[in-house]
Amino acid sequence: MELTLWTYEGPPHVGAMRIATSMEGVHYVLHAPQGDTYADLLFTMIERRGLRPPVTYTTFQARDLGGDTAELVQRSIRQAVERFQPEALLVGESCTAELIQDQPGALAGGMNLGVPLVNLELPAYSKKENWGAAETFYQLVRTLLKDQLPPPGTPKPSPSRWREEGRRPRVNLLGPSLLGFRCRDDVLEITRLLAEHGIDVAVVAPLGARPADLTRLPTADANVCLYPEVAGPMCSWLERSFGTPVVRTVPIGIGATAAFLRELHGVLDLALPADLQTVEGQPSEAERRSRLPWYSKSVDSTYLTGKRVFIFADATHAIAAARIASKELGFQVVGLGSYSREQAREVRAAAAELGLEALITDDYLVVEKAMGEAAAELVLGTQMERHSAKRLGLPCAVISAPLHVQDVPARYSPQMGWEGANVIFDSWVHPLMMGLEEHLIGMFRHDFEFVDGHRSHLGDGAPAAAGTGEPEAAPAASASAPGTITAADAVREALESLWTADGEAELAKIPFFVRGKVRKNTEAFARERGLARIDAEALYDAKAHFSR
Amino acid sequence: MEARYLAIPSMGVSAPPIQPSPPDILKESGQREVFCGLTSIVWLHRRMPDAFFLVVGSRTCAHLIQSAAGVMIFAEPRFGTAILGERDLAGLADANEELDRLVRDLLERRPEIRTLFLVGSCPSEVIKLDLAKAAERLSTQLLGRVRVLNYSGSGIETTFTQGEDNALLAMLPLLPSSDEEQLLIVGTLADAVEDRFRLIFERLGLTTVRSLPPRRSTDLPPVGKGTRVLLAQPFLSATARALQHRGATLLSAPYPFGVEGSRDWMAAAATAFGVPADRFNAVLDPLVERGRLALAPHREVLAGKRLFLLPDSQMEIPLARFLSRECGMELVEVGTPYLDRQLMAADLALLPPATQLSEGQDVDLQLERVRAARPDLVLCGLGLANPLEAEGIATKWSIELVFSPIHGCDQAGELAELFARPLRRRALLQLS
Repeated sequence: MELTLWTYEGPPHVGAMRIATSMEGVHYVLHAPQGDTYADLLFTMIERRGLRPPVTYTTFQARDLGGDTAELVQRSIRQAVERFQPEALLVGESCTAELIQDQPGALAGGMNLGVPLVNLELPAYSKKENWGAAETFYQLVRTLLKDQLPPPGTPKPSPSRWREEGRRPRVNLLGPSLLGFRCRDDVLEITRLLAEHGIDVAVVAPLGARPADLTRLPTADANVCLYPEVAGPMCSWLERSFGTPVVRTVPIGIGATAAFLRELHGVLDLALPADLQTVEGQPSEAERRSRLPWYSKSVDSTYLTGKRVFIFADATHAIAAARIASKELGFQVVGLGSYSREQAREVRAAAAELGLEALITDDYLVVEKAMGEAAAELVLGTQMERHSAKRLGLPCAVISAPLHVQDVPARYSPQMGWEGANVIFDSWVHPLMMGLEEHLIGMFRHDFEFVDGHRSHLGDGAPAAAGTGEPEAAPAASASAPGTITAADAVREALESLWTADGEAELAKIPFFVRGKVRKNTEAFARERGLARIDAEALYDAKAHFSR
Repeated sequence: MEARYLAIPSMGVSAPPIQPSPPDILKESGQREVFCGLTSIVWLHRRMPDAFFLVVGSRTCAHLIQSAAGVMIFAEPRFGTAILGERDLAGLADANEELDRLVRDLLERRPEIRTLFLVGSCPSEVIKLDLAKAAERLSTQLLGRVRVLNYSGSGIETTFTQGEDNALLAMLPLLPSSDEEQLLIVGTLADAVEDRFRLIFERLGLTTVRSLPPRRSTDLPPVGKGTRVLLAQPFLSATARALQHRGATLLSAPYPFGVEGSRDWMAAAATAFGVPADRFNAVLDPLVERGRLALAPHREVLAGKRLFLLPDSQMEIPLARFLSRECGMELVEVGTPYLDRQLMAADLALLPPATQLSEGQDVDLQLERVRAARPDLVLCGLGLANPLEAEGIATKWSIELVFSPIHGCDQAGELAELFARPLRRRALLQLS
């Protein structure tokens, strides 16, 4: 049993809904109690979908449990097939139905429905949404391709068979789904990018695909795994069963987009165009197709140097963001983490490269705490990190699901490819104070007009506890009975009394976003040395001590 | 209803003296597109800031509450879910120990909590985790510090607003007994609305007015023979009956939506406490006048428009009464998750005679009726709103009604505005 106040991922059947709703011609019969229909609004509200998700719920009640819930399941399946005439049917259960063990998938199997049927078994008490999406996608593809499986021992198709067949090479784009981050625009951007290199797209799935499209998956020369959270297991299975090679580099950012194109050309046995060739590790000409490289080199961006960035997202976007932040924008990544336990290994590896320990958790309060302790100046996260960052008075850009309705913009705003890099430059840099502005504030901060903590880019003014790195107390905590002083309060007070006037004055000169960290470090230093007072000298001693 | 000696001239369609028999109620039992009772935690926890609501359930429960409420603005909310894992399902003894551990940790972190509600869910009920026993056990352990109560908010037992009914029912045994004369307002109201009601009752000379749920969870009103209960919300069937068992008298009145409903609602209390008619009129007439003024511009938008209410919050019948009588809307179908004739008596009597009621739901069939009727406005849940809009049918989503202050004469204009806005917006947009 685990206390959860808020969750990054829904249950696994919501992942299955994402697959069904992303596709056309698929229907999902879900054995679930009344109330579970809430999941419809994720699609109709966050994604502004103008269609109900293609899901029929049995919505059983307590009084049904005494009777024949199996009959209810069969009736729901029959009616759904009649009404919606799906080209493929998913049958599964939510957490409660799993306990009553009606086995709806098996019941459907005995009904002779004349529709390809996938019996979804998604363990609700141990797995979560992304796992459910990946498993559903995999099971659906497996079911639809079972008649096409090549016999064991069949040689792998040559990835350059397109040449022999006298056609352009073609690939599948796998993984984009509803409630994923900017999938709609990524598909468009990558399709354009591939077209520029003479590569066709065979099937995009699950987003916009019909079951019949999935039966064409083996006709592609390679599979592009755009979102490993959803398409990872399915791509591996296609590779094992059909010998289709997988391109696994996710093209988010300049370096990754170039690496993706190189990997793809290699896999398809295509000659690497001159503008993608690198000499001695120098960036290639192709990278100029995005404005990010020049914008990042231009003088204004000098002010981005070493900005402390905290990243928490799904694995795909967290890893991509770390690479862009450190290598393409010159930020300092001070925290990297993810809620995607399935991809924890990859996130840990990316963190280790930056000398960090990855934060793998699904507790947003732990993330908020880490964010504060890292003394971040910019947060890249999910919609929850946006809220946490706001509480801490930190600028933030959303880079990953889970989403808010405002993370599904009307305008074209991909994350992938060259244009994606432009979008990323803008959306990460705009929450920050622009370079010149920061410089001027540095110059004029001693003027009397200057309000400490002023930042024109944060509409609501200075944060209450400017960058002390301590999360604001929950409103409820501040409502605790007056007069109760906790041990922590007492320690805090004792430490504060150590500061002399000139120590405080010196501390106030330190930029607000690192001031909290400097205060904490200096106090730790004073405690360690047994100092009775913290004056300006002690502050500089501590600074020297910690800079070693 | 009692003699309506205070009744005001009808404002819209006047009720004819002899009611022809209404069409049969349409009863349906298919897919229900409604929330479960857990959703009511969203307003209950705001009403009682010293209470914590701990759902014992699954990830689905946690996801439902955060999605239904769009709860993204908290630091640390006063509700959460104890998510059952495979180990808990394997052994109930362990599950109980786990729950005790989790509650101890929680209360240590949140020392300001005075009442803890353990809220049962579909999974906890199916595995028969005895939360009543758990609440008893924990109450003994935490004696003098925190009261632990339990109720069911599960989808197999409750729909949407019934969660509040069960929560209040769980509080009843803690209410002290007293035969003191008092008016007890039952059902969560926005604080500002409640203050207004108290002020008006004070002007009427009713001095002892209490509320359930109270603003502080420990500040429980007494109940007994002198208690007259006025329901502020139409979904409190079990609580109303249990209060009657404790000796309280249930006042029959329409619910306080709109000018007429709010006036009649207060009139029921005034009658019960023997407030002279002239005093009542002196206090209420200016409010009624002002309320009508506020309503007028919205009535212009709504009058003659056809309204279809899908079942969701259990407020559909009183809202239909308000929208037809005070705003001049035509009722195509009034859906309700379940029909409690006693609690709805006064509102039902005021509906136009030929109103088609439906109880329960089969959402696909009901949507077919919506499409066939092409109403001007549909009241529905958030899962259905955008799909209907995309078909060209204007909607008002019902969850807003449980979060907004809509009770009382002073709010009648705002309530009508909520329904007029989608129509006004359509008139404004010059888009294809």
